[in-house]
Amino acid sequence: MRQGKYPFVIGFLAVPVTLYTVFVVSPYLQAFWLSMTEWRGIGAPRWIGFGNFERLLSDEVFWKAVRHHGVLLLALPLITIAIALFFAFMLNVGGGSRGGQRVGVRGSGFYRVVFFFPQVLAVAIIAVLFQMVYRPDESGLINGILVKLGLEPVFFLINPNLALWSIIAVLVWQAVGFYVVLFSAGMASIPAEIYEAAELDGASRVTMFFRVTIPLLWDTLQVAWVYLGIAAFDAFAIVAVLSVDSGGPDGATTVLAMEIYRNAFVYSRYGYASAMGVALFFLTITFAALTLRVSRRESVEY
Amino acid sequence: MSATPDTPSAHPAPSAGTTPAESAAPGATRRDVLRRAAAAGLLVTPVAGLLGACATGGGDSGGTEQATGEKTAQNPLGVKEDAALEVVIFNGGYGDRYATDVHQKLYQAAFPKAKIIHQSTQAVSTVLQPRFASGNPPEFVNNSGEKFLDFGALVADGQLQDLTDLWEAPSVDDPNKKVRDTVMPGVVEQGMFNTPDGQRKPYVLYYVSTVYGIWYSGKLFRENGWTAPTTWEQFTALCEQIKSKGITPFGYAGANAAYYMWNVILSQAAKVGGPEILRNIDNLEPDAWKADAVIQAARAWAEIGKHFSDKSFEGLKHTDVQLRQNQYKLAFYPSGDWLENEQKKDTPPGFEYQIMPMPSLTAADKLPHGAIRAAAGEGYFVSAKSKNPRGGMEYMRQMLSKAGARGFTETVGAATVVPAASEGYQFPPGVASSQAALRAAGQNVFNMMFDNWYKELDTEARTATNELMFGRASAEEWAERIQRRADAIKNDSSIAKFTR
Repeated sequence: MRQGKYPFVIGFLAVPVTLYTVFVVSPYLQAFWLSMTEWRGIGAPRWIGFGNFERLLSDEVFWKAVRHHGVLLLALPLITIAIALFFAFMLNVGGGSRGGQRVGVRGSGFYRVVFFFPQVLAVAIIAVLFQMVYRPDESGLINGILVKLGLEPVFFLINPNLALWSIIAVLVWQAVGFYVVLFSAGMASIPAEIYEAAELDGASRVTMFFRVTIPLLWDTLQVAWVYLGIAAFDAFAIVAVLSVDSGGPDGATTVLAMEIYRNAFVYSRYGYASAMGVALFFLTITFAALTLRVSRRESVEY
Repeated sequence: MSATPDTPSAHPAPSAGTTPAESAAPGATRRDVLRRAAAAGLLVTPVAGLLGACATGGGDSGGTEQATGEKTAQNPLGVKEDAALEVVIFNGGYGDRYATDVHQKLYQAAFPKAKIIHQSTQAVSTVLQPRFASGNPPEFVNNSGEKFLDFGALVADGQLQDLTDLWEAPSVDDPNKKVRDTVMPGVVEQGMFNTPDGQRKPYVLYYVSTVYGIWYSGKLFRENGWTAPTTWEQFTALCEQIKSKGITPFGYAGANAAYYMWNVILSQAAKVGGPEILRNIDNLEPDAWKADAVIQAARAWAEIGKHFSDKSFEGLKHTDVQLRQNQYKLAFYPSGDWLENEQKKDTPPGFEYQIMPMPSLTAADKLPHGAIRAAAGEGYFVSAKSKNPRGGMEYMRQMLSKAGARGFTETVGAATVVPAASEGYQFPPGVASSQAALRAAGQNVFNMMFDNWYKELDTEARTATNELMFGRASAEEWAERIQRRADAIKNDSSIAKFTR
């Protein structure tokens, strides 16, 4: 077996590595190359060096999109993790102890299914669904009720100050379910004795949450933060389907992927779109590296 | 996901020129580019060669042998009678039945030995980009829909067949009449582009006649004793009346169809200041958007938006707003004459679509009240580098025959640019009224091209128009920001410029 090791390993690796090279690495390299060219989709690309990147620096819409990613990057993980943690805690630990076993609040099995439900739906369907929820006239789900109550309708996606937050709300709604499950799994692996001991010492639920659950869940939280951060760099499907005027009103909800799409497939500026893609690539990489570096702390062994 | 409503005429009519330097600059061949990239350490050369083959393809396509036959009275374009012909049709608002059932049958009858390969798609560029890149394009292409191939790029790359021979050839129905004399005036012009060496040649056939205006229900107006207003005072007075009945007087869909509205404002501006106003805008002249007539029109319509529209329309799609009109909740709606066909399923019986031109804004308007925007829409081209370009041109000649154009009209209910073919045809009420309006307009017909030439300018105009109509910007701010974008495009050497 010893001498047959390398052919064996290579035999297993060859196919996935080839597939990965062809379908992941080569498009990346190609995007890097295209970002240095001017190309309108037909004919040969023309090499222009860093011209596209110089143009990016003075592109208002690009910076608007980057700012929106900044907002998303703060709001999306914070809100989602806060809500998901709360739900997970209530579903798994919040009901007190029964026979020495920590249990969730009453009906937690039912809630678990309900919370996970949005995760099952395709993103495009969620966007279409929320078009109905947010509709600005009396046929909208929310505004229909408001109008019946004699109130003014709220222009969720039209009001420039509200539009991005309406989009964030949908992203959170969609993401929470998955993180409830993730955190629940994390909590299930926390030994019951620790909670028991804490309870004997007279810790309240709040203390238990902050002093026991969060520290012991740190690794999971860190992973969640990175996932959500990367999701915050995307948001394309929801913005494209849900927002008014593709990222509007007046760019109030636009994101980089939306602008990449617009430049490539509406303006036929594939080179410039690739440059935006490259910028997005570096933003995402930087974020992931920073998060892992900053949030590194001793994980508690148990 | 670009928010262009799926109407057949969403992309009418580009024409005119393109500059040579917009792709494939001389001296920087693809191989040079790759070599430089490799030298820069960005890519390993073999990988680069491999990648180059992926999306961008090869620029070389010479050596395709093109079929020709003997020119006769029946075959003035000299088509090789057994050469195969590949036809690609955009399967959008008009479907592709008109091609398979009408045009291809006509071609087959003329050339029984030819094999016709039919293909239809909803994403023209996705399907055809690799074909052009690899030098194996289909003969005949209906380049339309949301994902149409960039005409400027095709011209610059020498991909389009010069249609001069077609326009000069005798027509199918009357050998003494050239094909160019069987179509509406301006159609050949509209399909002309500047070539890289500075000439202007016809490359594109625009086939469908499109009339733009403001639509209302004949029934609703008759029942209320309203008549279509011709002056601005009448218009605003009628809007008051309509509003008092609890009906929204005017509206368009801000979510995805804001260009219906800039079309209204610019049509109004053309009537106030004459069609040069639009020519200046198309040609990116300095301060074209800030011309007095344009500002006046924008201001007038912003007032309509403020007093006689519904704020919630900004969040609705064109189909939602059109549905409201069908439910008699909205009186006036701006659109092109594809509207009636688009709403066929939702229109209640007796609704009776009617078109009206923009009401005259001032007594001193340069154009009379009947002046209207009309254009030829739905572009078709023949690939210069295909195997049988003469067959492609012959296919166009058959399309432009009376039988071909009549068959199109009967299949899809829209008028073509061949007037003789529509004669005596019983159009539905909406298209009948737009055809009548077109006849009434006579010479006072105008058009604009900038949205097809410069997509970025279209996007900016859409955004700015929503800001204007829903009360977040003044007419001056509206003009200012669009002008800024127009100037930026003018100064951007990477964008091919067009003029008319």
